[in-house]
Formats: sequence, structure tokens, C-alpha cells
Amino acid sequence: MTKYTEDHEWIELDGDTVTVGITDYAQKALGDVVFVELPEVSASYSAGDEVAVVESVKAASEVYAPLDGEIVEINDALEGDPSLVNSAPSSDGWFFKMKLANADDMAGLMDEEAYNAHVAGLE
Amino acid sequence: MPDESLMKTPLYDLHVESGGKMVPFAGYSMPVQYPLGIMKEHLHTREKAGLFDVSHMGQAYIRSKDGSDPAKIIEYLMPSALAVLKPGKMRYTVLLNDDGGIEDDLMVTRTFEPEGTLYVVVNAACKDKDYDILEDKLGDRITLEPLEERALLALQGPSAEAVLSSLAPEVAELSFMEATMVTLEGVVCWVSRSGYTGEDGYEISVPSDEAAALATRLLAHEDVEWIGLGARDSLRLEAGLCLSGHDFDAGVSPVGANITFALGKKRRENKDFIGADRIASELDHSPDMVRVGLVPAGRAPAREGTEIADADGKIVGKVTSGGFGPTFGGPVAMGFVPKELAAEGTKIQVMIRGKAHEATVAATPFVPQRYKRKQS
Repeated sequence: MTKYTEDHEWIELDGDTVTVGITDYAQKALGDVVFVELPEVSASYSAGDEVAVVESVKAASEVYAPLDGEIVEINDALEGDPSLVNSAPSSDGWFFKMKLANADDMAGLMDEEAYNAHVAGLE
Repeated sequence: MPDESLMKTPLYDLHVESGGKMVPFAGYSMPVQYPLGIMKEHLHTREKAGLFDVSHMGQAYIRSKDGSDPAKIIEYLMPSALAVLKPGKMRYTVLLNDDGGIEDDLMVTRTFEPEGTLYVVVNAACKDKDYDILEDKLGDRITLEPLEERALLALQGPSAEAVLSSLAPEVAELSFMEATMVTLEGVVCWVSRSGYTGEDGYEISVPSDEAAALATRLLAHEDVEWIGLGARDSLRLEAGLCLSGHDFDAGVSPVGANITFALGKKRRENKDFIGADRIASELDHSPDMVRVGLVPAGRAPAREGTEIADADGKIVGKVTSGGFGPTFGGPVAMGFVPKELAAEGTKIQVMIRGKAHEATVAATPFVPQRYKRKQS
């Protein structure tokens, strides 16, 4: 099950853990990604907290915690090759994995259809 | 939704047709990038040739009212050797205030008009201010004629000479910082061998009505791509060139801004310009804060406004321009540090999002400039 936030993050649930990345729309808007700052493993965040930073040639943008939880893994590959965010935003370009405080929170996020409508409203 | 309060250059429609992403800049709607994207646009300019619309910049003629050399008159506000400029020669200089601070930087070219008329190009964001200063201080002796009906294109990169000389072979004869009149596609243009990317290339002043046709003709060459403001900024940063209002402002002298090359040797001795006492004193004893190049370790860009700390973590300065250098292959920046920390190789720290990252004071340009200078 993949869900989305208004901040253009995708969230994929597996058990009680989610993988988080940014959408294709987001990577296109950012442009060429040159640096990603990732959180510390085992750090805890509340929904809406700033967790990571993604920097393009143009500017720096924040990546927020989609839900409450604890970081359990980060994508080290982004350190050596941040352009994975552009080339594979929904697979190899993932940012971090988070153990949710409450897996039921997923229900409050947008599904693909709702997200696509959200994006269409921006254009 | 297009913002109707923004001005448009004569190339606006062509930018939109070319997929330019238009953003507000200095009161104009300008392309920040095209579908290629900033990274590829930057690299393309260094490898082949990039075409830039810089029509938002201010172009003007300066003449004297009494028939005397207008360069001698404006030298009062600009510390470079301008009166010695021969027809077709140009120079980078700065417009100073009473305190020797830099109001703007600009290019001054001697035209071929018998009166010694000067052609100047000033920054878009400063043109009204610059014209007002010239009018206020020297309006009784000079007339300034803004060239509202002319567009300005920059063609930059190693292929620029081959591309432009295919339309007018004589442009190959120009050396860096020389200019002449050239007929391009039947249109008389003012062409200089100059630019602000660190690459060889040209700037072409063309009548507004003819600008789109000329741009289209240049773009038809396989080596030429449109380049937006995003890559223009990363190119000039790698070339170690200052951005007016960022890397210096009205409080900073040419010495603090580390552009003393713009100070004419005789002019320094004669001190015959506004603010000369301060500048002379700073040449003798460096100002407290000076502009330096910075190379952050790692990959995190240190952008404008990032605080600079000494090795002990004490905040001592600020980044004035910074980002990722696509050709350099990592982050580069410029900023002001105390003179004691200005030596190349000095280790400092940049506070990116509150976290200290090591950085080194470095020589600029970060990427070698490749101007076609006159062989002497």
C-alpha cells in the first residue's frame, strides 16, 4: 500500500514500518539533486517535523516526517549518488525507513488517486 | 498565472515556446531554466555554447555635454582607467559612492563615435539607481541615453567563436574585452568578446525587433542551447565573479570585495575619484573583512547567508554566494571573513543548518577561466 502527503512524499507500508521518499512530481520540481542530508537512525519524529533536506543546484528543500515514528534505516546510497532521487524517485531513491508509532495513522494519508488530483490542482 | 506587473524582454515569447520556466527577477519575467535543467545547461555551456537572454540588463550611451571625453568625467565615480580606452576596448569597473563603497559593477566600452561616446552595461536590479547616481552627480556634464529598444544576448562557451563567426567571420578577430560593430543576418549589432561565465564568448546588443530572429538563428546551430538564470549563476560562481548586491554592496570597497584589479594603477596614485581616501587606506592596511573563495568539505552546499565560523566555532562572517558547482563537482562559495583568516588554505567552518562543516579558504576562480586574451 502506497500513500502520499501534500508535501509530495510517498509512504509505503510494510508491517509496522514505512519507507519514505519523494514523488516524481517533487523531483522534477526540484531539479538536479546534488546533496541529501538524512536523519540519524533511532531518532524519533512527530508528523510534520523536518527530517531530511534535499538540495538541488537551485535550492534546499525540507523533507518532513509523514507520521509519528522512529527512524530505523537510512538510504546510505544517496550520500554517494544523490542523483538517484532524480533517476529513481520511487525505488532506489528512497530516503529513510520509519517504524510507525501507530500504523493506523496511514489511513489519514492520501491514496494515489487523491494525490494525483492534488498534483493536478497545482498545475 | 503570468504576473502582469513584470516586464518582458523582447525574447519572452521565445522563452515560453522553448519551455523556459519563467520567474520574477529584477522586475522582469525571466527564464530560470529550460527543459534541459540547470545542471545540463551549466555543463553544456562549458562544453559547447550557451545562449543567454540578458536583455534585462541596462544598456546606455554616455556622452559629454561639452564635447570633451565622457570617460574623463565618469572616472570621478569609477576607479578604473577609462579615459585611456581606445575605440572598441572595454573594461570592467565599479560605480562608487562617497565612501568608496560599491553601488554596482558595470562594463564600460569606448564606441567608434568621434565624440568618444561610451557604451555601458549595468545590472538589471541596479539600473534605475545607477542612472540616478550618474544624473545626480554628473548630470550637468554628461547625458545618459538608456537604450530601451535594444536586446542583449550572451553566447558563451568554447563553440561560441565557431557559431558566431559562421555569421560574421570578423568576430573571430576580437580578443577578450574588445568590441565592434558587426552585421549579423543583415542587422547591425554591437558585439563584444566578453561575458560573465568564465568562458570565451560574446555579448550581442541587437535591436529589440530583430532579437528573436537572431536568437532563433543561433539556436539552430547544434552546439547552442538556451541557458537560464540558474546556470548563469552557477557558471559565474565557479568563475569566481562577483554578483552585485550579494558579493559586495554599498558598504564594501573594491579592496574588501577583492576586486582591486579594477583599480587603475595611475588612478590609485592620483586618488582622483570619489572615496579614494578610504580605498587608499584599505590598500595600505587591509579592511577588517575581505571576500574570499571557500570550498566546503563534503557535498553539502553552503548557500548565501550561511554563517562562517573560525576553527574554534566563533561566528566570524557570512557566505555571500554559494551552491553546487557542476563543473567543479562539489560545493563552492564566496564570503566575507576577517583578514586574519583570508589566506588560501585557512581552515574555517560553515554552519549549514546549524551544523558545522569544515571548509577551506581557496583561490578563485574555482574553474579556470578560458578567455581569448590578446597574444602579446
